[in-house]
Amino acid sequence: MAQAAIELIGINKSFGAVRANRDINLEIARGTIHGIVGENGAGKSTLMSILYGFYQADSGEIRVGGKPASIKTPNDAIALGIGMVHQHFMLVDNFSVLENIILGAESDALLKRSIAKARSELERLEREYGLEVDPDAIIEELPVGLQQRVEILKALYRGAEILILDEPTGVLTPAEADHLFRILKQLKEQGKTVVLITHKLREIMAITDTVSVMRQGTMVATRETKKTTVEELAELMVGRRVLLRVEKGEAEAGAVKLAVKNLTVKDSRGVTMVDDISFDIRAGEIVGIAGVAGNGQSELLEAISGIRRAVSGSVTLDGKPIDLTGAADPGELRDRGLAHVPEDRHHVGLVLAFEENENSILGYHDDPRYLKGPFLNVDAIISDAKDKIEKYDIRPGNPRLKTANFSGGNQQKIVLAREIEQDPGVLIVGQPTRGVDVGAIEFIHKRLIAMRDQGKAVLVVSVELDEIRSLSDRILVMFAGRIVGERGPEATEGELGLLMAGVEQEAAA
Amino acid sequence: MDLLNAVVQVLDSTIRLSVPLLLACLAGLYSERAGIFDIGLEGKMLVGAFAGAAAASVFHSAFLGLGMAILISVAFALIHGFASITHRGNQIVSGVAINFIAAGSTIILGQAWFQQGGRTPALQPGERFESITADVISNFLATYSFSSADLLASLRGLILYLPALLFDALARIPGFGPVFAELILGHSILVYFAFAMVPFTWWVLFRTRFGLRLRAVGENPAAVDTAGISVAWLRYRALICTGILTGVAGAYLSMVQNGGFVKDMTAGKGYIALAALIFAKWKPVNAMFACLLFGFLDAAAIRLQGSPLPIIGKVPVQFMQALPYILTVILLAGFIGKAIPPRAGGVPYVKER
Amino acid sequence: MSTPYAKLPAWADYGLIPLINLSVAFIVAGFVVLLVGENPFRAAVILVEGAFGKGTGIAFTLFYATTFIFTGLSVAVAAHCGLFNIGTEGQAYIAGLGIAIVCLSFDSVLPWWLTFPLAIVAAAVVGALWALIPAYLQARRGSHIVITTIMFNFIAASIMVYLLVGPLKPAASQAPQTRNFFAGAELPKLNWIIELFGAKIRSAPLNVTFLLALVMAFLVWLLIWRTKLGYEMRTYGHSPKAARYAGISETRIIITAMMISGALAGMMALNPVMGDQHNVAIDFVSGAGFVGIAVALMGRLHPVGIVLAAILFGMLYQGGAELAFEMPAISRDMIVIIQGLVILFAGALEHMFRPYIQALFASFSPRSVGMEAVKGKGA
Repeated sequence: MAQAAIELIGINKSFGAVRANRDINLEIARGTIHGIVGENGAGKSTLMSILYGFYQADSGEIRVGGKPASIKTPNDAIALGIGMVHQHFMLVDNFSVLENIILGAESDALLKRSIAKARSELERLEREYGLEVDPDAIIEELPVGLQQRVEILKALYRGAEILILDEPTGVLTPAEADHLFRILKQLKEQGKTVVLITHKLREIMAITDTVSVMRQGTMVATRETKKTTVEELAELMVGRRVLLRVEKGEAEAGAVKLAVKNLTVKDSRGVTMVDDISFDIRAGEIVGIAGVAGNGQSELLEAISGIRRAVSGSVTLDGKPIDLTGAADPGELRDRGLAHVPEDRHHVGLVLAFEENENSILGYHDDPRYLKGPFLNVDAIISDAKDKIEKYDIRPGNPRLKTANFSGGNQQKIVLAREIEQDPGVLIVGQPTRGVDVGAIEFIHKRLIAMRDQGKAVLVVSVELDEIRSLSDRILVMFAGRIVGERGPEATEGELGLLMAGVEQEAAA
Repeated sequence: MDLLNAVVQVLDSTIRLSVPLLLACLAGLYSERAGIFDIGLEGKMLVGAFAGAAAASVFHSAFLGLGMAILISVAFALIHGFASITHRGNQIVSGVAINFIAAGSTIILGQAWFQQGGRTPALQPGERFESITADVISNFLATYSFSSADLLASLRGLILYLPALLFDALARIPGFGPVFAELILGHSILVYFAFAMVPFTWWVLFRTRFGLRLRAVGENPAAVDTAGISVAWLRYRALICTGILTGVAGAYLSMVQNGGFVKDMTAGKGYIALAALIFAKWKPVNAMFACLLFGFLDAAAIRLQGSPLPIIGKVPVQFMQALPYILTVILLAGFIGKAIPPRAGGVPYVKER
Repeated sequence: MSTPYAKLPAWADYGLIPLINLSVAFIVAGFVVLLVGENPFRAAVILVEGAFGKGTGIAFTLFYATTFIFTGLSVAVAAHCGLFNIGTEGQAYIAGLGIAIVCLSFDSVLPWWLTFPLAIVAAAVVGALWALIPAYLQARRGSHIVITTIMFNFIAASIMVYLLVGPLKPAASQAPQTRNFFAGAELPKLNWIIELFGAKIRSAPLNVTFLLALVMAFLVWLLIWRTKLGYEMRTYGHSPKAARYAGISETRIIITAMMISGALAGMMALNPVMGDQHNVAIDFVSGAGFVGIAVALMGRLHPVGIVLAAILFGMLYQGGAELAFEMPAISRDMIVIIQGLVILFAGALEHMFRPYIQALFASFSPRSVGMEAVKGKGA
């Protein structure tokens, strides 16, 4: 085995009472691609942030190239040849590519000379690694794939020998992801060390040499990729065999509940995000929308639920149109039996600073059950919240507790309980299990299927292909704002992946 | 010639009145570009004015006064930093606090130290910044000689020699010459400093490493942090720039415009500077024009004071005084272009988990 | 206002920490007194005695407190909706115009108990309307409400000066103020309440507006925590996106909250105008709107806290007047410093001591602090 580029010995890190990293040991060989997998919240990002000097470990030792290293700031990490591409790009949106690349690594107190030097250096890097990008382009005008390339260039410009990438494919199409992997392999061939953090096992198998698995803040195993399987890694990640498929019977689809016709939605910058989409959802079926994040799914959900204005098209609920002018009152849609579990529960679905019971009426606070004239009926609200806590096994079971003090899974249950218990005819759910612990995932999936079996129409949007495949009776694939295909639940991952990458669309065009 | 005279007078006082606005506005530009809202410009100017006049009067030196004005104003800027950078407090709340502490302490300390009802003693010649008039220049030209005995002083003189010669020549042009000379000359050194700060600030912001980082931290502090630059220290440095400039602005008020400190002498200028900063869309050259506009409105209000204008008729002084605020509100409402502040403005930087 | 820190027991959160912040503000103020060459402890004694020592002092303290309850509530209502209304000063000032119109029209025809309700409505309406424009600009055009309300303070001042040196000034008078009101616009004093407790009162301006302020404090509590509107305001204040999701109209909630805030600010004007001076004069608000910021912050945006904080500031104002008399080096402006220090320590630096307190609590009982803190965020 090659010499270790990085050794982590006994790393511990706590945030308040949460132990994000416990006694982590890890050795990463020089000139390899090393994957670190784990569920959301397993502590992967924290560990890498410690390596990059963004956080300080509470205890433990870091060795770089065999020598003990003290990494107190990102500067120390950069000096040691460590570069990082963050999940959320660390770019200044209204700066040019060059300005972003030199930021913090300016060769001179005057910009002119720094930029001139960076420009020639950038040309060299472009040639060497095939990383083309217009040096004078403004970041916010570049597609995400190129923005990520700027991040990689930033690290290389600083002379990075070790490159850490945190969930780099979350925002990329499969085609873009493939391109990224080619770049990473090229970096490896040039002798660089790559650390890839991800929760997608497919990527690990495709590109890494070794893989380490994290679970609940601990490092549970390190394997040679060749000698392991997806099943073994999945088991290591979650600690027990996951029920990838929830048991469910055949769908008995009934009348059309929700009909979307020629819907077009633009975002705040005027970019078309949903482009002339049409589909129906019938009573008693779950329709899943698959797609890479950022292909218009969020905007679609927001338009249907009356939060975002649509440019054109129509949506009918039980045959009656929904107002899409943006003047729609989401409250009125709730009255008509449309319930919505939003993608972002921290900022949209819940008010974290509220008590649990206050969140259990959010959006339904107009309901006469919770009111006495203009006043809130506090007793009724709390007893209602207690009922839901019991029914959905929400813990801790205290309706007066601040919502921020509940775990991700329990927060999601608060939202689901609120929406499902209103007995809506149509339920739309965005990312039902994002950031949710494994036990709760199963619970949530079962609930959604129970809704279907009661004859409700359910629309699920998720970036997790496994989730879509296990829940849906019909799968729609979104790419670049359009629905590019419809498949049954038996569709293979590869088939859906191609659709998600827009490959078939290009072939048809 | 009477009209020309009146116009020159208004323009002349426009320059004088816009100088404190300009200094404060540029001061605000440094901190807001770095992502720190600063409604404490008013308070920092006020303590600067007080400290400047007090020190000048006690130590009989204009330059010591200026130094003290800067020092105290920077200290107040650092309090703002301590609250809003180190402790991630609400920047607006902190700014409001600073304005109150400044308003109260200048009066209390002024009364305790000088017993003149919150005033500082009237400044004597030499304790103020004198105007550089045509006379001063011709005197300088007449007495200047290069000698190797006092090399340093001679060199310093040499630097001033050429501009002085130029101004002198300008003043001698018949007709418009004296008029221009009156506009450009006859101001104190702080006026030239203020206007020199405009291109200098532009240069710092857009042509230096510090400026790049400063703008970056106001847009996306996380990018700066991960690039290995301390967000806090960068923002503190921006606030120090703010403090220096508000200090000079204060010194200008108490040591140039007025011969001493009078309580509450900033009288809302810090807020007008803030309005000018928004009006200028956080750009240095625009800031100069915004401050000249607001200074002109003030000068015109003083000049007109009740006398009717052709066509429009009599304009209430109060309307002229409120005009900068009204214009800023209209700008903010998006009726004359959109003012987009630095994106990270007002938000304390917390590392993401 | 959410805190990024873990939980503390409620009594520490709402009692101990504000108390520590407040104490630090006063300790620093003590140093200023020392700097001026006076004894801070003696100053404190004079201050408290001046405010509470005699019946007249108490009446004055409560008179000032009345003003600050209104402005504190005004700031707090907007803050619950996530809006920083720094324009309380201007809203109160311009409301003087509404009161002037009512009082000058009816003071010779109606008794006070009919003029008063009319004046309340006029003050509230004018204050609310003055807050409407910044609110509308924030809601529909995205103009930062802090800046627009600052601008509106100056515009209000210009309008009032224009009116008080012109149209509203009696022709014969030199002073920039309206004529004095007749008995029909003079509010009855409340000094008898204090006399009930056996204290003697010479003349003090404490009047029925004090009771109105207490009623308003109760109504604000009811509004924020017990009504649907309050629930919607708090939702928007914590998370505008959640409010949109919940079907709460952004425009409606911003405008409603700001108008309520403006109305409360406007009612403040009743106290000095009808209860004390019996005219509308230049700068009669004299910074009370800004004191409201300190009061609201110190009262942690809760009406009970606000009433207590308002009384504290009332004490400072009244005691400060006595202090200025006893110690000429310390004028009323000392209060402005204290006000600034309170805003600094209870507002901008409110979290400064929190980590230490937390560490202290954690060392006593680790289970009580943050054991239920957010999990699953370390992704």
